[in-house]
Amino acid sequence: MTVVQSQSSTTNKVLGHPLNAWYVAAWDHEVTRKPMSRRIANRPVALYRTEDGKAVALADACWHRLAPLSMGKTIGKDGIQCPYHGIVYNSAGRCVSMPAQETINPSATVPSFPVVERYRYVWVWLGDPTMADPDLVPDMHQMTSPEWAGDGETIHADCNYQLVLDNLMDLTHEEFVHSSSIGQEELSESDFVVSHDGNTVTVTRWMLNIDAPPFWLKNMRDKFPGFEGKVDRWQIIRFEAPSTIRIDVGVAKAGTGAPEGDRSQGVNGYVMNTITPETDRSCHYFWAFMRNYRLESQLITTQLRNGVHGVFGEDEAMLKAQQEAIDANPDYEFYNLNIDGGGMWVRRLIERMLVAEGRLATSA
Amino acid sequence: MAATNIEVWQRATVAEVRNVAQGIQRIELEPEQPKRAEPGSHIDVNVVIEGNVQKRSYSVVESSEDGRRLVISVMKAPQSRGGSLYMHTLQAGDTLEITQPLQNFPLRVGAERYILLAGGVGITAIVNMARVLKSLRADYTLVYVGRSRTAMAYLAELQELHGENLVVHVDDEGTALKVDELIASAGLDTELYMCGPIRLMDAVRRAWTERELDLPNLRYETFGNSGWYDPEEFIVKVPRLGIEAKVGQGRSMLEALEDAGADMMFDCRKGECGLCEVRILELDGAIDHRDVFYSERQQHAAEKMCCCVSRGITSKTGAKADASPDGPAVITIDVS
Repeated sequence: MTVVQSQSSTTNKVLGHPLNAWYVAAWDHEVTRKPMSRRIANRPVALYRTEDGKAVALADACWHRLAPLSMGKTIGKDGIQCPYHGIVYNSAGRCVSMPAQETINPSATVPSFPVVERYRYVWVWLGDPTMADPDLVPDMHQMTSPEWAGDGETIHADCNYQLVLDNLMDLTHEEFVHSSSIGQEELSESDFVVSHDGNTVTVTRWMLNIDAPPFWLKNMRDKFPGFEGKVDRWQIIRFEAPSTIRIDVGVAKAGTGAPEGDRSQGVNGYVMNTITPETDRSCHYFWAFMRNYRLESQLITTQLRNGVHGVFGEDEAMLKAQQEAIDANPDYEFYNLNIDGGGMWVRRLIERMLVAEGRLATSA
Repeated sequence: MAATNIEVWQRATVAEVRNVAQGIQRIELEPEQPKRAEPGSHIDVNVVIEGNVQKRSYSVVESSEDGRRLVISVMKAPQSRGGSLYMHTLQAGDTLEITQPLQNFPLRVGAERYILLAGGVGITAIVNMARVLKSLRADYTLVYVGRSRTAMAYLAELQELHGENLVVHVDDEGTALKVDELIASAGLDTELYMCGPIRLMDAVRRAWTERELDLPNLRYETFGNSGWYDPEEFIVKVPRLGIEAKVGQGRSMLEALEDAGADMMFDCRKGECGLCEVRILELDGAIDHRDVFYSERQQHAAEKMCCCVSRGITSKTGAKADASPDGPAVITIDVS
């Protein structure tokens, strides 16, 4: 693994990714009996389900001549057959059948990565398997809680995963990138508070007694038909290392006590984001929008998914352009603003993970 | 696991040498390009035998977190090919060429139950696995088999660390391992990892197959350096190439054929891949098959052999009593 020179300013333009972490490989429904391939943390991974429905993640390269197993087919109870010479592996990555010989070479294995299925996702651990504790899967419980409803999609983002984390940790950009939906000038006018611990970073922003932007006005009217008037709006961004961000968002009728904890006169959503590095310059960005009102309405689920799809499409274009500009200007550095406080703590936590893995030199 | 088997050669300095059992030397190395050794991994080492550089593989017994300190242990085997004799000459401060850790014997995390089986110096491949399973609080039994306690490396340390999870069988104490009983204790969810003499591993494989346990759950590593019989000198002939060569006790048939000018195909040099296969035309004596490439049926048929590890012996039946005093076995072969 390449050792990247750390900068004391915590502004590596292309940040490496920790390997001792759970990353989402796929939505649960994407993984089927028909093998699929996905590059995760620079490693091609073959994903499939056993006859019993258990998700399996194997290195997507046959031990023999490295042909992609994902082009093969599932076979037997839990096996997968290489499409080239027919070598069969079980779900542990061990060869169970070899062509034209009566024995099996004891070295014939492909790496099998620990898998946990949770919160509608299939998570994989590409690092040291002895550290793959399922309790370390980031909290995304709104995805499966009966008190929340919603759905999401995957964006294939053409940028280093850290740029997505930067994007989500500072929502000031909404005012400029998302002016037609959730942007408003109070975003850059209001104060925010950053806090952190060893594994999480939280950025909290309240905007009191403001007009609801179009997206939120629609949501308020879904719950409170015909709603008019000012709202108190909140964004509580919570990062969990290395790449999961949940954003507690919502608006409530102004002055009804939302900042003090009474959100009954408002609507609340959770923007669920978890980013899986694909290569150093691309990532799989899994998102969903969950809400805790009108749970029965599939119409609202679809409207919200489509709405957020449009908003995130604006981010996607910006992130791609930003990565291209970074690559086109290798001699220019990043500079940091006060609004980057959350993103900078995220970078520092990730860099500590990389140092612990021996993959980032500590700055003197 | 993310095994990689790209050989990265580097220099290493011997930090310490210490005797840990009769004829077994513990050698602590400080590599120039450290990489942590996962359980089951080994390093390849360039050894010098009669002025020639040859490659040998040794399991990594211990590795520090950052891989700056690697420990191997080597048993002096006077009848082997000479690598162990070289390793036993090493002193603190010496340097040698080694690879970064390589992995052909990965430990899978998450099995219901584990049996780790080590025979003699085979413990070197198992120590690190046992340590990891203990730290993961896995359900495991470590079975350690040896001739006598004085020849069993790390016994005291293992007893201290593994307590009741360690079961020791010692031949000269009359507590030899009963393979069938051990395998009877294995269930469908048990994974067995073993490293030891080929007699032991063959017996385990047979018992495992007879119990119809899942073969992929039986994991083993062989460096192709042990047989059913002590190595004897024998003759190999390749009529088509006009070759007749003597294979000394400390040489392999493959090496002898290369020395004699045959252009040989091979890969693993440890009896796994089958690329060095030669066809047996005529046999005066018997074959000590030391490979894991052929099935028992194929080995019994003696039509082919893996010349990288397997050898000729004089006894036509394989029984020691039938060894011929008249002299070496002769294997007449053809090569690809």
